[in-house]
Amino acid sequence: MSSPLLEVEDLHVHFPVGRGRDRQLVRAVDGVSLTLQPGETLGLVGESGCGKTTSGLALLRLVEPTSGRVVFDGTDVRSLSKRDLRSWRRRAAMIFQDPYASLDPRLPVGESIGEALDIHGLHQGKQARRDRIGDLLERCGLHPRVADRYPHEFSGGQRQRIGIARAIACEPDFIVCDEPIAALDVSIQAQVMNLLTELQQDLGLAYLFIAHDLAAVQHVCDRIAVMYLGRIVEEAERLDLYRAPQPPYTQALLSAIPIPDPVRERERERIRLEGDVPSPIDPPSGCRFRTRCRAVFDACERIDPALQEVADDHRAACLLHGEVGTEVTG
Amino acid sequence: MSGAPEPTPEHDDSTDAEVVLSVRDLEVSFGTKRGRAEVVRGLDYDLHRGETLAIVGESGSGKSVSTLALTKLIPIPPGRGTGTAHLGDTDLISLSEAELVHVRGQRIGFVFQDPMTSLNPVHTIGRQLTEGMRHHLGLSEAAARDRAVELLAKVGIPSPEDRLGDYPHQFSGGMRQRVVIAIGLSCDPEVLIADEATTALDVTTQAQIIDLIAELQADLGMAVVWITHDLGVVAGIADRVLVMYAGEVVEQADAPELLSRPRHPYTVGLLASLPVLGDTERGDLAAIPGLPPPPTSLPPGCGFYPRCSFRSDERCATERPPLREVVAGHLVRSFYEVPEEQSRRASAATRIAIEPPDVRDEGVA
Repeated sequence: MSSPLLEVEDLHVHFPVGRGRDRQLVRAVDGVSLTLQPGETLGLVGESGCGKTTSGLALLRLVEPTSGRVVFDGTDVRSLSKRDLRSWRRRAAMIFQDPYASLDPRLPVGESIGEALDIHGLHQGKQARRDRIGDLLERCGLHPRVADRYPHEFSGGQRQRIGIARAIACEPDFIVCDEPIAALDVSIQAQVMNLLTELQQDLGLAYLFIAHDLAAVQHVCDRIAVMYLGRIVEEAERLDLYRAPQPPYTQALLSAIPIPDPVRERERERIRLEGDVPSPIDPPSGCRFRTRCRAVFDACERIDPALQEVADDHRAACLLHGEVGTEVTG
Repeated sequence: MSGAPEPTPEHDDSTDAEVVLSVRDLEVSFGTKRGRAEVVRGLDYDLHRGETLAIVGESGSGKSVSTLALTKLIPIPPGRGTGTAHLGDTDLISLSEAELVHVRGQRIGFVFQDPMTSLNPVHTIGRQLTEGMRHHLGLSEAAARDRAVELLAKVGIPSPEDRLGDYPHQFSGGMRQRVVIAIGLSCDPEVLIADEATTALDVTTQAQIIDLIAELQADLGMAVVWITHDLGVVAGIADRVLVMYAGEVVEQADAPELLSRPRHPYTVGLLASLPVLGDTERGDLAAIPGLPPPPTSLPPGCGFYPRCSFRSDERCATERPPLREVVAGHLVRSFYEVPEEQSRRASAATRIAIEPPDVRDEGVA
């Protein structure tokens, strides 16, 4: 395997809430490690509040990580000065869920794209800038002349295309796609997924594809990592994860996803999860899923499971595979 | 619950069951700066006792408006709503505002998408839950309170007595939606309208809520109109499905038939464009090109004509196709049907190459 484009090690993002004596920590991301090869797509899935978006933001230092290492193509991202960070960001972009919120409503969309070019000094002269914006729009399936229009004049799918055009404007190697299709109608989702795949092939992009829709993730990703309460609980090749999910949480998650085939959907067994996800302020000791897990046993409270190899290129953090992890103290 | 009707026996989608809601020629339009927006263009359906009818469509297809218009939960007038909608012997469309007050929440219950906006943040959930019962059923404060506790227990809220005094923000998203369901059910409605009721929830919570509504439906015998864009949800719960596009029903059939042998080009396109778990293909998804037409300038012929890959002659462009029954119980609004082979290829049943994992064994798979 070639050297990875991105290596994340033990990433933590904690947010303080409350003041003085009431001050507590929300452990949004609590020890995430992952690697990404050039040109690869890694899916990051999980339910709301599991820390998947915060992980994506922390990789780009759009929120500051509390601790951990982020190495991008040999550069330690966390040690970059403000100025170096700015120029590094040329190589790593982001696509947001809601392109209506992420585009300036008072700026023609061409200008939103042009801003990125200006910041990184990527054009020579007015005409070159205009041409480049036109090219980018065209590449994303829009007519170059729409550059003068405002975000409200576009449909959701078109706005997402503009968001994508802006993300690829500086020719990045890596894009964090945070729920890029969640806000779109079904028939439009496929258009945007196809566009992302096409751009990846043409430009050699690596994606971190953050989504809760596992069917979409399985379609576009090479590998998938599943998060629960700030941790990665499983990581596998896209079909392996579906074929043989290991931790009971992934099994439950997969069994809850409705399949649009009435025969299979009505006949298959489901794992019913009871209750809600515990608070990330005070996560359960040991395995974080133990309070809802149907296979829980005594070790789950005592040992905080670490990711271990359970099959070829398939890792899981679950004590059923052996009591690998850190003993809980206190 | 007291006074609940007999549970319906295993429902087999037959038309023997009593019709509780019968909608005919429903049209809804609004005046806008860009001209008249025709949002619902002639909708007909019957809803039977104990049945689950799914209305499927994308934003702007008219699926929500068609149900909101039944009890004038959207401003009519100035909007215009015509046609009939018989709930039992009552034509809802002809009722005055004063009369509708006795239908909303009493004979028709609602569960909307976002519990954070459908609950009032400054009132306790106890108050919001008892309000309808006191008004519609004339219960005393104490009786309403007892029933509220019973309802909250029924929808799976732990220690319900202690939660009546809590405010919506003190509940999680899934718990909040349970409260909304409890309110929707509080007056034993004949019809429950669930408008994207699980869309904002995580899949594991969605599964809990879907099971809950199905259980309550079996207990109480109410009919459910389930509005959704998620064909997976439809596959799990619906008896019958209406597919809406550009304000009209383009296809209508029993759920198993519709999802395995869709016949309208839009339905086929929708299924084909859907990524499906267990499908090993990685090529481009068969996206439907373009966008739905705005309701202010609908195409003169078939509403789907501009995006259709099966369109044929002039007729598609100029003539509005009728909804015709192509096989018993299967209605399609199109001059041309999608050939069987293409239709089957789009269905999830055909595309799934890896079976869903077997989860019956506990622990390690």
